[in-house]
Amino acid sequence: MDPVPGTPGISRKSFVNWLLGTSLGATLAAALYPVFRFVIPPEVAEAPVNRVLAARLSELPLNAGKVFRFGSKPGIVVRTATGEVRAFSAVCTHLNCTVQYRPDFQHVWCACHNGHYDLQGKNLSGPPPRPLEVYKVDIAGDDVYVTKGA
Amino acid sequence: MRLLDTLWKALDERLELAPLVEFATHKEVPQHRHSWAYYFGGLTLFFFAVQIATGILLLLYYRPTAEAAFESVQFIVTRVPFGWLIRSVHSWSANLMILAAFVHMFSVYLLGSYAKPRELTWWSGFLLLGLAMGFGFSGYLLPWNELSFFATRIGTDMTSKVPLAGPWLLTFLRGGEEVTGATLTRFFGFHVAVLPMLAAALLGLHLGLIQRQGMHVPGHLAEEARTRKPLRFLPNFVLREGVVWLFGLAVLAALAAFFPWELGNKADPFASAPAGIKPEWYFLFMFEALKLIPATVLGIEGELIGLGAFAVGGLVWFLVPVLDRASAHGRRSRLFLALGWGVLAYLVSFTVLSFLGAFQ
Repeated sequence: MDPVPGTPGISRKSFVNWLLGTSLGATLAAALYPVFRFVIPPEVAEAPVNRVLAARLSELPLNAGKVFRFGSKPGIVVRTATGEVRAFSAVCTHLNCTVQYRPDFQHVWCACHNGHYDLQGKNLSGPPPRPLEVYKVDIAGDDVYVTKGA
Repeated sequence: MRLLDTLWKALDERLELAPLVEFATHKEVPQHRHSWAYYFGGLTLFFFAVQIATGILLLLYYRPTAEAAFESVQFIVTRVPFGWLIRSVHSWSANLMILAAFVHMFSVYLLGSYAKPRELTWWSGFLLLGLAMGFGFSGYLLPWNELSFFATRIGTDMTSKVPLAGPWLLTFLRGGEEVTGATLTRFFGFHVAVLPMLAAALLGLHLGLIQRQGMHVPGHLAEEARTRKPLRFLPNFVLREGVVWLFGLAVLAALAAFFPWELGNKADPFASAPAGIKPEWYFLFMFEALKLIPATVLGIEGELIGLGAFAVGGLVWFLVPVLDRASAHGRRSRLFLALGWGVLAYLVSFTVLSFLGAFQ
Protein backbone atom coordinates (compact mmCIF):
# COMPACT_ATOMS: atom_id res chain seq x y z
CA MET A 1 0.00 0.00 0.00
CA ASP A 2 1.54 3.30 -1.04
CA PRO A 3 0.28 6.20 1.01
CA VAL A 4 -0.83 9.15 -1.13
CA PRO A 5 1.93 11.74 -0.81
CA GLY A 6 1.03 14.29 1.78
CA THR A 7 -1.80 12.23 3.31
CA PRO A 8 -0.24 9.92 5.85
CA GLY A 9 -2.26 6.85 6.72
CA ILE A 10 -4.46 6.71 3.63
CA SER A 11 -3.36 4.28 0.98
CA ARG A 12 -3.97 4.97 -2.69
CA LYS A 13 -6.12 1.85 -2.88
CA SER A 14 -8.39 2.75 0.00
CA PHE A 15 -8.75 6.28 -1.41
CA VAL A 16 -9.83 4.88 -4.81
CA ASN A 17 -12.20 2.45 -3.07
CA TRP A 18 -13.70 5.30 -1.10
CA LEU A 19 -14.25 7.30 -4.30
CA LEU A 20 -15.79 4.33 -6.08
CA GLY A 21 -17.98 3.43 -3.09
CA THR A 22 -19.35 6.92 -2.59
CA SER A 23 -19.93 7.35 -6.35
CA LEU A 24 -21.82 4.07 -6.45
CA GLY A 25 -23.81 5.06 -3.36
CA ALA A 26 -24.64 8.47 -4.85
CA THR A 27 -25.70 6.86 -8.16
CA LEU A 28 -27.97 4.43 -6.31
CA ALA A 29 -29.44 7.19 -4.17
CA ALA A 30 -30.03 9.35 -7.26
CA ALA A 31 -31.85 6.45 -8.95
CA LEU A 32 -33.86 5.34 -5.91
CA TYR A 33 -34.95 8.75 -4.62
CA PRO A 34 -37.35 9.43 -7.54
CA VAL A 35 -38.73 5.86 -7.22
CA PHE A 36 -39.31 6.37 -3.51
CA ARG A 37 -41.18 9.62 -4.20
CA PHE A 38 -43.06 8.22 -7.21
CA VAL A 39 -44.82 5.46 -5.25
CA ILE A 40 -46.55 7.99 -2.96
CA PRO A 41 -49.34 9.76 -4.86
CA PRO A 42 -49.51 13.56 -4.86
CA GLU A 43 -51.95 15.27 -2.51
CA VAL A 44 -55.15 16.04 -4.35
CA ALA A 45 -56.47 19.41 -3.30
CA GLU A 46 -60.02 18.79 -2.13
CA ALA A 47 -62.38 21.43 -0.88
CA PRO A 48 -62.68 20.63 2.83
CA VAL A 49 -66.15 19.34 3.56
CA ASN A 50 -67.45 20.47 6.93
CA ARG A 51 -71.19 20.27 6.47
CA VAL A 52 -73.30 17.94 4.37
CA LEU A 53 -76.92 17.07 3.86
CA ALA A 54 -76.79 13.58 5.41
CA ALA A 55 -80.39 12.41 5.12
CA ARG A 56 -84.03 13.44 4.88
CA LEU A 57 -85.93 13.03 8.10
CA SER A 58 -88.84 11.51 6.21
CA GLU A 59 -86.57 8.74 4.91
CA LEU A 60 -85.21 7.95 8.35
CA PRO A 61 -87.66 5.88 10.42
CA LEU A 62 -87.37 5.54 14.20
CA ASN A 63 -84.74 3.05 15.37
CA ALA A 64 -82.77 3.17 12.09
CA GLY A 65 -79.50 4.45 10.70
CA LYS A 66 -78.07 5.55 7.38
CA VAL A 67 -74.51 5.73 6.13
CA PHE A 68 -73.79 8.92 4.20
CA ARG A 69 -70.88 10.35 2.32
CA PHE A 70 -68.86 12.94 4.26
CA GLY A 71 -66.11 14.13 1.91
CA SER A 72 -64.00 11.04 1.21
CA LYS A 73 -65.11 9.19 4.36
CA PRO A 74 -68.39 7.58 5.41
CA GLY A 75 -70.49 9.01 8.24
CA ILE A 76 -73.54 7.50 9.94
CA VAL A 77 -76.72 9.28 10.98
CA VAL A 78 -78.90 7.50 13.54
CA ARG A 79 -82.51 8.12 14.53
CA THR A 80 -82.98 6.57 17.93
CA ALA A 81 -86.08 4.74 19.06
CA THR A 82 -87.09 7.90 20.95
CA GLY A 83 -86.75 10.04 17.83
CA GLU A 84 -83.45 11.82 18.52
CA VAL A 85 -81.10 12.24 15.55
CA ARG A 86 -77.38 11.78 16.07
CA ALA A 87 -74.42 11.54 13.72
CA PHE A 88 -70.95 10.02 13.97
CA SER A 89 -68.01 9.10 11.81
CA ALA A 90 -68.84 5.63 10.41
CA VAL A 91 -65.18 4.56 10.46
CA CYS A 92 -64.62 1.97 13.18
CA THR A 93 -61.74 2.97 15.45
CA HIS A 94 -60.49 -0.62 15.53
CA LEU A 95 -59.41 -1.47 11.98
CA ASN A 96 -61.12 1.02 9.70
CA CYS A 97 -64.33 -0.87 8.75
CA THR A 98 -67.63 0.94 8.17
CA VAL A 99 -70.06 0.57 11.09
CA GLN A 100 -73.86 0.20 10.90
CA TYR A 101 -76.91 0.77 13.12
CA ARG A 102 -78.41 -2.43 14.52
CA PRO A 103 -82.12 -1.96 15.29
CA ASP A 104 -82.13 -5.17 17.35
CA PHE A 105 -79.30 -3.92 19.62
CA GLN A 106 -80.50 -0.31 19.40
CA HIS A 107 -76.92 0.86 19.02
CA VAL A 108 -74.06 1.10 16.54
CA TRP A 109 -72.23 -2.08 15.59
CA CYS A 110 -69.24 -3.05 13.45
CA ALA A 111 -69.62 -6.31 11.55
CA CYS A 112 -65.92 -6.85 10.97
CA HIS A 113 -64.74 -7.68 14.49
CA ASN A 114 -67.95 -7.40 16.51
CA GLY A 115 -67.37 -3.93 17.97
CA HIS A 116 -70.26 -2.18 19.79
CA TYR A 117 -70.78 1.57 20.28
CA ASP A 118 -73.55 3.26 22.26
CA LEU A 119 -75.74 6.11 20.99
CA GLN A 120 -73.14 8.65 22.15
CA GLY A 121 -70.55 6.93 19.94
CA LYS A 122 -68.74 5.52 22.96
CA ASN A 123 -67.10 2.10 22.51
CA LEU A 124 -69.11 -0.35 24.62
CA SER A 125 -67.51 -3.73 23.99
CA GLY A 126 -65.42 -5.65 21.51
CA PRO A 127 -62.03 -4.56 20.20
CA PRO A 128 -62.60 -0.83 19.32
CA PRO A 129 -60.15 1.20 21.42
CA ARG A 130 -61.76 4.66 21.07
CA PRO A 131 -65.22 6.24 20.63
CA LEU A 132 -66.50 7.26 17.22
CA GLU A 133 -66.05 10.91 16.29
CA VAL A 134 -69.32 12.74 17.06
CA TYR A 135 -70.79 15.21 14.54
CA LYS A 136 -73.23 18.04 15.17
CA VAL A 137 -76.72 17.57 13.77
CA ASP A 138 -78.96 20.40 12.54
CA ILE A 139 -82.45 19.76 11.33
CA ALA A 140 -83.97 22.25 8.92
CA GLY A 141 -87.44 21.15 7.98
CA ASP A 142 -86.99 17.70 6.47
CA ASP A 143 -83.23 18.06 5.95
CA VAL A 144 -80.69 16.59 8.34
CA TYR A 145 -77.41 18.53 8.13
CA VAL A 146 -74.28 17.19 9.76
CA THR A 147 -71.33 19.38 10.74
CA LYS A 148 -67.83 18.23 11.57
CA GLY A 149 -65.68 19.61 14.36
CA ALA A 150 -68.56 21.20 16.20
CA MET B 1 -36.26 -40.32 -33.23
CA ARG B 2 -33.21 -39.66 -35.34
CA LEU B 3 -34.24 -36.03 -35.49
CA LEU B 4 -34.45 -35.89 -31.69
CA ASP B 5 -31.07 -37.62 -31.42
CA THR B 6 -29.51 -35.11 -33.76
CA LEU B 7 -31.07 -32.21 -31.87
CA TRP B 8 -29.86 -33.60 -28.53
CA LYS B 9 -26.32 -34.09 -29.87
CA ALA B 10 -26.26 -30.56 -31.25
CA LEU B 11 -27.41 -29.08 -27.95
CA ASP B 12 -25.11 -31.29 -25.87
CA GLU B 13 -22.13 -30.35 -28.05
CA ARG B 14 -22.78 -26.66 -27.46
CA LEU B 15 -24.06 -26.61 -23.84
CA GLU B 16 -22.48 -29.75 -22.32
CA LEU B 17 -25.79 -31.04 -21.00
CA ALA B 18 -24.61 -34.61 -20.34
CA PRO B 19 -23.55 -33.90 -16.70
CA LEU B 20 -27.05 -32.57 -15.91
CA VAL B 21 -28.69 -35.72 -17.26
CA GLU B 22 -26.11 -37.76 -15.37
CA PHE B 23 -27.06 -35.89 -12.16
CA ALA B 24 -30.79 -36.40 -12.73
CA THR B 25 -30.49 -40.12 -13.47
CA HIS B 26 -28.40 -40.74 -10.36
CA LYS B 27 -30.54 -38.62 -8.06
CA GLU B 28 -32.31 -40.65 -5.38
CA VAL B 29 -35.07 -39.95 -2.89
CA PRO B 30 -34.69 -41.68 0.49
CA GLN B 31 -37.54 -43.91 1.67
CA HIS B 32 -38.91 -44.09 5.21
CA ARG B 33 -42.29 -44.06 6.92
CA HIS B 34 -42.64 -40.26 6.48
CA SER B 35 -41.54 -40.03 2.82
CA TRP B 36 -45.09 -38.90 2.01
CA ALA B 37 -43.98 -35.46 3.19
CA TYR B 38 -41.70 -35.15 0.15
CA TYR B 39 -44.68 -34.77 -2.22
CA PHE B 40 -46.32 -31.65 -0.79
CA GLY B 41 -43.75 -29.11 -1.99
CA GLY B 42 -44.27 -30.46 -5.51
CA LEU B 43 -48.04 -30.30 -5.09
CA THR B 44 -47.75 -26.63 -4.07
CA LEU B 45 -45.68 -26.05 -7.21
CA PHE B 46 -48.39 -27.73 -9.31
CA PHE B 47 -51.10 -25.40 -7.99
CA PHE B 48 -48.76 -22.45 -8.56
CA ALA B 49 -48.41 -23.50 -12.22
CA VAL B 50 -52.22 -23.65 -12.48
CA GLN B 51 -52.33 -20.12 -11.03
CA ILE B 52 -49.95 -18.81 -13.67
CA ALA B 53 -51.89 -20.44 -16.53
CA THR B 54 -55.38 -19.40 -15.36
CA GLY B 55 -54.12 -15.98 -14.27
CA ILE B 56 -52.80 -15.25 -17.75
CA LEU B 57 -56.17 -16.30 -19.19
CA LEU B 58 -58.08 -13.99 -16.81
CA LEU B 59 -55.80 -11.11 -17.88
CA LEU B 60 -57.34 -11.29 -21.35
CA TYR B 61 -60.62 -9.86 -20.05
CA TYR B 62 -59.99 -8.34 -16.63
CA ARG B 63 -59.94 -4.51 -16.30
CA PRO B 64 -58.26 -3.10 -13.17
CA THR B 65 -60.32 0.02 -12.42
CA ALA B 66 -62.96 0.65 -9.76
CA GLU B 67 -65.52 1.38 -12.49
CA ALA B 68 -64.87 -1.70 -14.63
CA ALA B 69 -63.31 -4.43 -12.43
CA PHE B 70 -66.49 -5.94 -11.01
CA GLU B 71 -68.26 -5.78 -14.37
CA SER B 72 -65.30 -7.37 -16.16
CA VAL B 73 -65.26 -10.33 -13.75
CA GLN B 74 -69.04 -10.56 -14.13
CA PHE B 75 -68.52 -10.64 -17.89
CA ILE B 76 -65.89 -13.38 -17.51
CA VAL B 77 -68.14 -15.62 -15.38
CA THR B 78 -71.38 -15.03 -17.28
CA ARG B 79 -70.49 -14.42 -20.94
CA VAL B 80 -67.02 -15.72 -21.76
CA PRO B 81 -67.12 -19.42 -22.74
CA PHE B 82 -65.76 -21.39 -19.77
CA GLY B 83 -65.03 -18.09 -18.04
CA TRP B 84 -66.78 -19.32 -14.88
CA LEU B 85 -64.54 -22.39 -14.89
CA ILE B 86 -61.26 -20.51 -15.41
CA ARG B 87 -62.13 -18.01 -12.67
CA SER B 88 -63.33 -20.73 -10.32
CA VAL B 89 -60.19 -22.81 -10.92
CA HIS B 90 -58.03 -19.72 -10.25
CA SER B 91 -59.77 -19.05 -6.92
CA TRP B 92 -59.86 -22.68 -5.78
CA SER B 93 -56.31 -23.39 -6.88
CA ALA B 94 -55.12 -20.36 -4.89
CA ASN B 95 -56.70 -21.83 -1.77
CA LEU B 96 -55.40 -25.33 -2.43
CA MET B 97 -51.92 -23.90 -3.06
CA ILE B 98 -51.91 -22.21 0.36
CA LEU B 99 -53.24 -25.42 1.96
CA ALA B 100 -50.54 -27.55 0.28
CA ALA B 101 -47.91 -24.97 1.30
CA PHE B 102 -49.09 -25.15 4.94
CA VAL B 103 -48.95 -28.98 4.93
CA HIS B 104 -45.50 -28.78 3.34
CA MET B 105 -44.27 -26.24 5.90
CA PHE B 106 -45.55 -28.12 8.94
CA SER B 107 -44.19 -31.44 7.71
CA VAL B 108 -40.80 -29.81 7.16
CA TYR B 109 -40.96 -28.22 10.61
CA LEU B 110 -42.09 -31.30 12.52
CA LEU B 111 -39.49 -33.50 10.82
CA GLY B 112 -36.83 -30.93 11.75
CA SER B 113 -35.76 -30.45 8.15
CA TYR B 114 -35.04 -26.73 8.70
CA ALA B 115 -31.85 -27.61 10.59
CA LYS B 116 -28.37 -26.68 9.41
CA PRO B 117 -27.37 -26.88 6.53
CA ARG B 118 -30.87 -26.17 5.19
CA GLU B 119 -31.52 -22.77 6.82
CA LEU B 120 -31.64 -20.99 3.46
CA THR B 121 -34.25 -23.44 2.16
CA TRP B 122 -36.40 -22.77 5.24
CA TRP B 123 -36.01 -19.01 4.88
CA SER B 124 -36.77 -18.99 1.16
CA GLY B 125 -39.80 -21.23 1.82
CA PHE B 126 -41.01 -18.89 4.59
CA LEU B 127 -40.74 -15.91 2.23
CA LEU B 128 -42.52 -17.88 -0.51
CA LEU B 129 -45.44 -18.56 1.87
CA GLY B 130 -45.46 -14.83 2.68
CA LEU B 131 -45.59 -14.10 -1.06
CA ALA B 132 -48.39 -16.65 -1.52
CA MET B 133 -50.40 -14.84 1.16
CA GLY B 134 -49.56 -11.56 -0.56
CA PHE B 135 -50.86 -13.02 -3.82
CA GLY B 136 -54.02 -14.07 -1.97
CA PHE B 137 -54.50 -10.69 -0.31
CA SER B 138 -53.90 -8.65 -3.48
CA GLY B 139 -55.90 -11.00 -5.70
CA TYR B 140 -58.84 -10.97 -3.28
CA LEU B 141 -59.44 -7.25 -3.99
CA LEU B 142 -59.37 -7.54 -7.78
CA PRO B 143 -63.06 -8.48 -8.32
CA TRP B 144 -63.87 -5.26 -6.34
CA ASN B 145 -66.73 -6.77 -4.35
CA GLU B 146 -68.07 -5.89 -0.91
CA LEU B 147 -66.12 -8.50 1.03
CA SER B 148 -62.82 -7.80 -0.69
CA PHE B 149 -63.24 -4.06 -0.21
CA PHE B 150 -63.56 -4.36 3.57
CA ALA B 151 -60.90 -7.07 3.81
CA THR B 152 -58.54 -4.62 2.12
CA ARG B 153 -59.59 -1.76 4.40
CA ILE B 154 -58.79 -3.94 7.45
CA GLY B 155 -55.61 -5.53 6.07
CA THR B 156 -54.06 -2.27 4.93
CA ASP B 157 -55.08 -0.52 8.15
CA MET B 158 -53.03 -3.13 10.03
CA THR B 159 -49.87 -1.99 8.23
CA SER B 160 -50.46 1.54 9.55
CA LYS B 161 -49.67 0.18 13.05
CA VAL B 162 -46.07 -0.63 12.04
CA PRO B 163 -43.79 1.65 14.11
CA LEU B 164 -42.33 4.62 12.18
CA ALA B 165 -43.02 3.40 8.63
CA GLY B 166 -46.75 2.72 9.26
CA PRO B 167 -48.32 5.82 7.70
CA TRP B 168 -45.96 5.65 4.72
CA LEU B 169 -46.79 1.95 4.18
CA LEU B 170 -50.51 2.67 4.36
CA THR B 171 -50.32 5.38 1.69
CA PHE B 172 -48.00 3.25 -0.42
CA LEU B 173 -50.39 0.27 -0.35
CA ARG B 174 -53.61 2.24 -0.77
CA GLY B 175 -52.30 4.80 -3.24
CA GLY B 176 -53.87 7.45 -1.03
CA GLU B 177 -55.55 7.76 2.33
CA GLU B 178 -58.52 5.53 1.56
CA VAL B 179 -59.11 2.27 -0.32
CA THR B 180 -60.15 3.50 -3.76
CA GLY B 181 -59.67 2.66 -7.44
CA ALA B 182 -56.04 3.75 -6.94
CA THR B 183 -55.63 0.85 -4.48
CA LEU B 184 -57.16 -1.58 -6.96
CA THR B 185 -54.78 -0.51 -9.72
CA ARG B 186 -51.81 -0.87 -7.36
CA PHE B 187 -52.87 -4.27 -6.10
CA PHE B 188 -53.30 -5.39 -9.68
CA GLY B 189 -49.71 -4.30 -10.39
CA PHE B 190 -48.44 -6.18 -7.30
CA HIS B 191 -50.50 -9.25 -8.18
CA VAL B 192 -49.46 -9.64 -11.82
CA ALA B 193 -45.98 -8.09 -11.94
CA VAL B 194 -44.16 -7.51 -8.63
CA LEU B 195 -45.14 -10.67 -6.74
CA PRO B 196 -44.67 -13.07 -9.71
CA MET B 197 -41.18 -11.66 -10.32
CA LEU B 198 -40.19 -12.09 -6.66
CA ALA B 199 -41.82 -15.53 -6.52
CA ALA B 200 -39.95 -16.71 -9.63
CA ALA B 201 -36.61 -15.65 -8.15
CA LEU B 202 -37.29 -17.18 -4.72
CA LEU B 203 -38.73 -20.35 -6.20
CA GLY B 204 -35.61 -20.75 -8.34
CA LEU B 205 -33.47 -20.42 -5.21
CA HIS B 206 -35.68 -22.77 -3.17
CA LEU B 207 -35.68 -25.52 -5.80
CA GLY B 208 -31.98 -25.01 -6.57
CA LEU B 209 -31.09 -25.48 -2.89
CA ILE B 210 -33.14 -28.69 -2.70
CA GLN B 211 -31.41 -30.07 -5.81
CA ARG B 212 -28.01 -29.12 -4.42
CA GLN B 213 -28.55 -30.55 -0.92
CA GLY B 214 -30.89 -33.44 -1.60
CA MET B 215 -33.78 -34.56 0.58
CA HIS B 216 -33.40 -34.35 4.34
CA VAL B 217 -33.72 -37.52 6.38
CA PRO B 218 -34.69 -36.91 10.03
CA GLY B 219 -32.23 -38.39 12.52
CA HIS B 220 -34.68 -40.87 14.03
CA LEU B 221 -35.52 -42.22 10.57
CA ALA B 222 -31.92 -42.49 9.34
CA GLU B 223 -31.66 -46.19 10.21
CA GLU B 224 -34.88 -46.99 8.39
CA ALA B 225 -33.77 -44.95 5.36
CA ARG B 226 -30.45 -46.86 5.31
CA THR B 227 -32.11 -50.24 5.21
CA ARG B 228 -34.80 -49.38 2.67
CA LYS B 229 -33.95 -49.07 -1.01
CA PRO B 230 -34.10 -45.40 -2.08
CA LEU B 231 -36.41 -44.37 -4.89
CA ARG B 232 -34.78 -43.26 -8.13
CA PHE B 233 -35.78 -39.67 -8.91
CA LEU B 234 -36.10 -40.45 -12.62
CA PRO B 235 -38.48 -41.96 -13.46
CA ASN B 236 -39.94 -43.40 -10.20
CA PHE B 237 -40.28 -40.34 -7.97
CA VAL B 238 -41.34 -38.10 -10.86
CA LEU B 239 -44.05 -40.58 -11.84
CA ARG B 240 -45.33 -40.81 -8.27
CA GLU B 241 -45.33 -37.02 -7.97
CA GLY B 242 -47.28 -37.05 -11.25
CA VAL B 243 -49.94 -39.21 -9.60
CA VAL B 244 -50.13 -36.76 -6.69
CA TRP B 245 -50.55 -33.91 -9.20
CA LEU B 246 -53.33 -35.80 -10.97
CA PHE B 247 -55.03 -36.27 -7.62
CA GLY B 248 -54.63 -32.53 -6.97
CA LEU B 249 -56.09 -31.76 -10.39
CA ALA B 250 -59.07 -34.04 -9.73
CA VAL B 251 -59.83 -32.34 -6.39
CA LEU B 252 -59.39 -28.90 -8.00
CA ALA B 253 -61.65 -29.71 -10.95
CA ALA B 254 -64.36 -31.14 -8.70
CA LEU B 255 -64.32 -28.13 -6.36
CA ALA B 256 -64.26 -25.61 -9.22
CA ALA B 257 -67.06 -27.32 -11.12
CA PHE B 258 -69.40 -28.17 -8.24
CA PHE B 259 -68.72 -25.11 -6.06
CA PRO B 260 -68.12 -22.22 -8.50
CA TRP B 261 -66.50 -19.29 -6.70
CA GLU B 262 -69.01 -16.58 -5.85
CA LEU B 263 -68.65 -13.03 -7.09
CA GLY B 264 -70.82 -11.31 -4.45
CA ASN B 265 -71.99 -7.69 -4.66
CA LYS B 266 -70.05 -4.80 -6.13
CA ALA B 267 -68.09 -2.80 -3.54
CA ASP B 268 -69.72 0.39 -2.31
CA PRO B 269 -67.23 2.53 -0.36
CA PHE B 270 -70.15 4.28 1.36
CA ALA B 271 -72.00 1.24 2.66
CA SER B 272 -71.65 -0.50 6.02
CA ALA B 273 -69.58 -3.67 6.27
CA PRO B 274 -72.03 -6.57 5.78
CA ALA B 275 -72.86 -8.79 8.77
CA GLY B 276 -70.99 -12.12 8.74
CA ILE B 277 -67.95 -10.65 6.99
CA LYS B 278 -64.90 -12.90 7.19
CA PRO B 279 -61.48 -13.01 5.55
CA GLU B 280 -60.15 -15.99 3.59
CA TRP B 281 -59.80 -19.11 5.74
CA TYR B 282 -56.01 -18.80 6.01
CA PHE B 283 -56.38 -15.46 7.81
CA LEU B 284 -59.13 -16.71 10.16
CA PHE B 285 -56.75 -17.63 13.00
CA MET B 286 -55.59 -14.00 13.10
CA PHE B 287 -59.07 -12.54 12.53
CA GLU B 288 -60.67 -14.47 15.40
CA ALA B 289 -57.79 -13.78 17.77
CA LEU B 290 -58.09 -10.03 17.06
CA LYS B 291 -61.79 -10.22 17.90
CA LEU B 292 -61.04 -11.85 21.27
CA ILE B 293 -58.43 -9.34 22.45
CA PRO B 294 -60.04 -6.59 24.59
CA ALA B 295 -59.91 -2.94 23.52
CA THR B 296 -57.11 -2.15 25.96
CA VAL B 297 -54.69 -4.42 27.79
CA LEU B 298 -52.61 -2.77 30.56
CA GLY B 299 -53.26 0.62 29.00
CA ILE B 300 -52.11 -0.42 25.53
CA GLU B 301 -54.51 -0.77 22.58
CA GLY B 302 -55.48 -4.44 22.22
CA GLU B 303 -55.00 -4.50 18.46
CA LEU B 304 -51.40 -3.31 18.85
CA ILE B 305 -50.70 -6.15 21.29
CA GLY B 306 -52.35 -8.67 18.95
CA LEU B 307 -50.54 -7.50 15.85
CA GLY B 308 -47.27 -7.20 17.78
CA ALA B 309 -47.66 -10.78 19.04
CA PHE B 310 -48.24 -12.07 15.49
CA ALA B 311 -45.18 -10.16 14.27
CA VAL B 312 -43.00 -11.63 17.05
CA GLY B 313 -44.47 -15.11 16.42
CA GLY B 314 -43.67 -14.83 12.72
CA LEU B 315 -40.13 -13.74 13.49
CA VAL B 316 -39.58 -16.69 15.86
CA TRP B 317 -40.95 -19.07 13.21
CA PHE B 318 -38.59 -17.54 10.63
CA LEU B 319 -35.56 -17.75 12.92
CA VAL B 320 -36.23 -21.30 14.09
CA PRO B 321 -33.13 -22.79 12.36
CA VAL B 322 -30.97 -20.38 14.41
CA LEU B 323 -32.93 -20.48 17.68
CA ASP B 324 -33.15 -24.29 17.78
CA ARG B 325 -29.44 -24.86 18.47
CA ALA B 326 -29.80 -28.59 19.07
CA SER B 327 -31.03 -29.06 15.50
CA ALA B 328 -27.68 -28.02 14.06
CA HIS B 329 -26.14 -31.04 15.85
CA GLY B 330 -28.77 -33.45 14.57
CA ARG B 331 -30.73 -33.53 17.85
CA ARG B 332 -34.43 -32.81 18.22
CA SER B 333 -35.34 -30.13 20.73
CA ARG B 334 -38.47 -31.04 22.70
CA LEU B 335 -39.23 -27.34 23.17
CA PHE B 336 -39.29 -26.59 19.44
CA LEU B 337 -41.18 -29.77 18.65
CA ALA B 338 -43.81 -28.75 21.21
CA LEU B 339 -43.86 -25.23 19.73
CA GLY B 340 -44.56 -26.69 16.27
CA TRP B 341 -47.43 -28.86 17.51
CA GLY B 342 -48.75 -25.95 19.58
CA VAL B 343 -48.81 -23.58 16.61
CA LEU B 344 -50.43 -26.25 14.44
CA ALA B 345 -53.08 -26.92 17.12
CA TYR B 346 -53.78 -23.17 17.43
CA LEU B 347 -54.12 -22.66 13.65
CA VAL B 348 -56.31 -25.72 13.09
CA SER B 349 -58.54 -25.20 16.13
CA PHE B 350 -59.16 -21.48 15.49
CA THR B 351 -59.86 -22.10 11.80
CA VAL B 352 -62.25 -24.99 12.47
CA LEU B 353 -63.98 -23.20 15.37
CA SER B 354 -64.42 -20.11 13.19
CA PHE B 355 -66.08 -22.22 10.50
CA LEU B 356 -68.36 -23.74 13.15
CA GLY B 357 -69.34 -20.24 14.29
CA ALA B 358 -67.93 -20.61 17.79
CA PHE B 359 -66.73 -16.99 17.93
CA GLN B 360 -70.05 -15.28 17.21
